[in-house]
Amino acid sequence: MNIDKKIANDLVANDVRFVTTVPCKQLAGVIDEVDQRDNIFHIPSNKEDEGMGLCAGAWMGGTRPAIIMQNTAIGVTINTLATLIQYYRMPLPMIISYRGELREPVACQVEMAVHTKALLAQLNIPTYHFHWQKDVEEFDNILKYTFMANKPVAILTDANFWGGYGDQ
Amino acid sequence: MIRSEILKDIAPILRDQLVVCNIGIPSQELHAIDDQPTNFYMLGTMGLASSIGLGLALTQPKTVIVIDGDGSVLTNLGTLPTIGNNAPDNYILMIIDNGSYGSTGDQPTYTGMKTDLAGMAKAAGCDNVVEVQDVDTGAALQKVIDEGVATVMVVKCDSGNAKMPVITMDPVVIRDRFMKAVAG
Repeated sequence: MNIDKKIANDLVANDVRFVTTVPCKQLAGVIDEVDQRDNIFHIPSNKEDEGMGLCAGAWMGGTRPAIIMQNTAIGVTINTLATLIQYYRMPLPMIISYRGELREPVACQVEMAVHTKALLAQLNIPTYHFHWQKDVEEFDNILKYTFMANKPVAILTDANFWGGYGDQ
Repeated sequence: MIRSEILKDIAPILRDQLVVCNIGIPSQELHAIDDQPTNFYMLGTMGLASSIGLGLALTQPKTVIVIDGDGSVLTNLGTLPTIGNNAPDNYILMIIDNGSYGSTGDQPTYTGMKTDLAGMAKAAGCDNVVEVQDVDTGAALQKVIDEGVATVMVVKCDSGNAKMPVITMDPVVIRDRFMKAVAG
């Protein structure tokens, strides 16, 4: 199973047509896949709170959005999640690379990893953790759940899920 | 002119358009001057009006006017390259540039000093950038709407706020009636 293709396929199958991304080495493949899809408008953003603003506008324009970002960005988007996405009750699937977990080579990434689930829990954001490749089978259900609930939902995807860092 | 005087001046133009309005006193002023279902008031999240408006303009055909401020744009400067590279022709970003953070007590921003927002927008890739004086806002805005070209307007005006009530409308109501207006 190609998990990049599976994620993009599920986005399309759930009518997600607007995806904003802030890059991550782990997410490079899925960002490429999203970029190549004719039926997804891919708009890179310069910071994740900006990206959430774009997604809020897209949703009010009648298009289902998603954001692809790193878990470090939870540290810069808490206000946006609380006072825009949650306050106005908007759906937002957040596909998040869970840096600083098992098989992480960069020590500094661990410093936000240890806060990631606690911050999401504090915000009452439904959170799923993909550790094995088979976990991606749940992605379609998570997207359906997100747009049913009209809430931001986090999908944390760690290095083991993405197959490690190659030779690192 | 101060911001509220400009908003009173252009209210008849804004009335028929989708408007995304900046957090704080700008939204309170617009709400008090001419509340419309076509207005999306930001109650939180400083800096994201231009981004919300861009997402909206990219996903539906109606003209979107973002009423932003110099301080808010400075908070989210990454928005300018995103606008410069992606804005569709139904997108108008109108930055009311009074050189101050109005909602927090009129502390000066850098645009009242050496920083030039119009120049920054151009350098970020925004092709159509116009700088106007407060008294000319209405005519300039109508021209931009009629031209139908993605535009960044920088409106230079005086610092100051009108005393208006806080918006007590529920955010979900603001959002729901706005979405119905967008779809209608």
